[in-house]
Amino acid sequence: MPPLVRLTSLAVPLLRDNVDTDAIIPSREMKSVAKTGLADGLFAGWRYTSIGGRDPDPAFVLNDPALADARILIGGRNFGCGSSREHAVWALAEYGFRAIVAASFNPIFRANCVRNGILPVEMDGRLLAAFIGPIAIDLPDQTVSGGGLTWTFAIEDEAKTMLLEGLDPIALTLKSSADIARFIADDRKARGWAYLDGAAA
Amino acid sequence: MAARTIFEKIWDAHLIRDLEGGTGLVLVDRIMLHERTGGIALKSLAESGRGVADPARVFVTMDHIVDTLPGRTDDTLMPSGKQFITETREAAKAAELTLFDLGDPRQGIVHVVSPENAIVLPGLTLVCPDSHTSSQGALGALAWGIGSSEAEHALATSTLRVRRPRTMRLWVDGVLAPDVSAKDLALHIVALIGSAGGQGFVVEFDGPAIRDLDVEARLTLCNMAAELSAFTAIISPDDIVFDYLRGRPYAPRGTAWDDAVACWRTLASDPGARFDAELAMDAGEVAPMVTWGTSPQQSAPIAGHVPAPGVVADTDTPEAKRRALSYMALEEGASLSGIPIDAAFIGSCTNGRLSDLRAAAAVLDGRHVAPGVRAICVPGSSRVKSAAEAEGLDAVFRAAGFEWREAGCSMCFFAGGESFGPKARVISSTNRNFESRQGPETRTHLASPAVVAASAVAGFITAHLLSEPL
Repeated sequence: MPPLVRLTSLAVPLLRDNVDTDAIIPSREMKSVAKTGLADGLFAGWRYTSIGGRDPDPAFVLNDPALADARILIGGRNFGCGSSREHAVWALAEYGFRAIVAASFNPIFRANCVRNGILPVEMDGRLLAAFIGPIAIDLPDQTVSGGGLTWTFAIEDEAKTMLLEGLDPIALTLKSSADIARFIADDRKARGWAYLDGAAA
Repeated sequence: MAARTIFEKIWDAHLIRDLEGGTGLVLVDRIMLHERTGGIALKSLAESGRGVADPARVFVTMDHIVDTLPGRTDDTLMPSGKQFITETREAAKAAELTLFDLGDPRQGIVHVVSPENAIVLPGLTLVCPDSHTSSQGALGALAWGIGSSEAEHALATSTLRVRRPRTMRLWVDGVLAPDVSAKDLALHIVALIGSAGGQGFVVEFDGPAIRDLDVEARLTLCNMAAELSAFTAIISPDDIVFDYLRGRPYAPRGTAWDDAVACWRTLASDPGARFDAELAMDAGEVAPMVTWGTSPQQSAPIAGHVPAPGVVADTDTPEAKRRALSYMALEEGASLSGIPIDAAFIGSCTNGRLSDLRAAAAVLDGRHVAPGVRAICVPGSSRVKSAAEAEGLDAVFRAAGFEWREAGCSMCFFAGGESFGPKARVISSTNRNFESRQGPETRTHLASPAVVAASAVAGFITAHLLSEPL
């Protein structure tokens, strides 16, 4: 996962509330057991003029030629609600988005973002969508700047470190293997009923 | 020790290490996978050269992509669907995981087969790359939905790095009316606090009305916590849960059972335990519900009307309401009762269990769906299907004009295969009424199985048949 420290880019304003992951990547666009090949299906139901077709609907903001290189997406409240499908985040990442600014996020979607190098910025995106021009995000400082104004945002240490360093969380956790093994050995004595080895089905 | 919530008790018992800054390294007792999002986790894990840390914790079932037509095989109506089934099967076998494959009597929707087989138990942590994993909190487990990458992490380490959720208690006083189900209660709650109303919370349901619910009704209620964007939902376990679990395939036996029940009896939130948010409501306020828009929060009593844009003081913006009404082809102020339907669907992890099928069959017995209405029943698991057949429910559904299918997620969502068609209006016992969720341009109205059955018979949305004797 590529690290993310600072980012300056135009932003795509999609200021709808409750944008769900079915809208971000319709199930029909998840065609193979893979994390790639999904960018084309991103927002397919809104982005194209027909189901399964690939003719861009000029009314949809993602098709604005001026925003072709935008790396920031601005959403409304409860962005990424619905299905846990990580394909939604894989599609956004493959398309090129590195940050999503939204008033709030669905928790599974938010965790998926962090696991895939997309920074979830919790703030009211309507403030930013008013600007024409690039928006700058600084993760170490936890700030968003645009139109001469700067806002701070909150993010937990774990997510911040993951994004800044592009860490593989599994590798990080495996460093604690001895602790985990000790914990499980003790737990097995305390909660034998919770363990299934040898359980007859 | 300070008074703790059930969430805190389970969290504390599983916390391997505090990672600081609001995150913990947490032991995961059970991992469940399905072919839609689990196959990619197993594949990615294998490609990274890592293995499954403890295969005994992991269960795999086929539910999302499989066909539900009689005589099904690995071939599906979904384009490239077969690949999801075969690759998941191969990966599960290579990792020596327990697999509920096609043809296995244990096959079915993950959140139906887990309780049915006592894979989920009170006090356990359970994860699944599926948002409706919150269902399983009904048994007093901390069970939550994750992405495929986190599933890979859980498989590789038997742990997750979890941002600690906040706690909310939703106290439900009183009793539900006889014609009101857990689904109506769930839709009522989503309408009340909104699709983001549970965001980041473990929502604990409690109170007399919750204690009255059987396990299957509790599963329905907790299932819909996903539609609150909650971290998950939980109900402290009681004798209703213990009686349900005893003797099921993966339930503890002998002295282990006694140890387990002794532990489970401690899993209630202590008097005086502090929640980050507390809400209370009365079950008597809940009426049979139906959704009118494209978010589960856009629901109202069937006896009511489509709320006008900007009129209802809730979390919807006027623009969102207008957009939803346009998609649903409904006028503001329209009566919900009487809206003509084209199709009816009964099934899903929300309402595909035996009690749901019984509730629908009670309405359908001796009746027939209205002319022109396509009606389908898809049992939530193969065991639900065989149990329903053993008591003759399949005959009731068939005689009423319903298709009777094999178990799976089926038309709860559209993946390129079956749908009811563009602009078709469907009354559905499922959980999501998003735009195009059940098929391109399909218009979904969520309701309880009994309301779906009654509406299928009437040919329009109604709760009338629920209380009307034959």
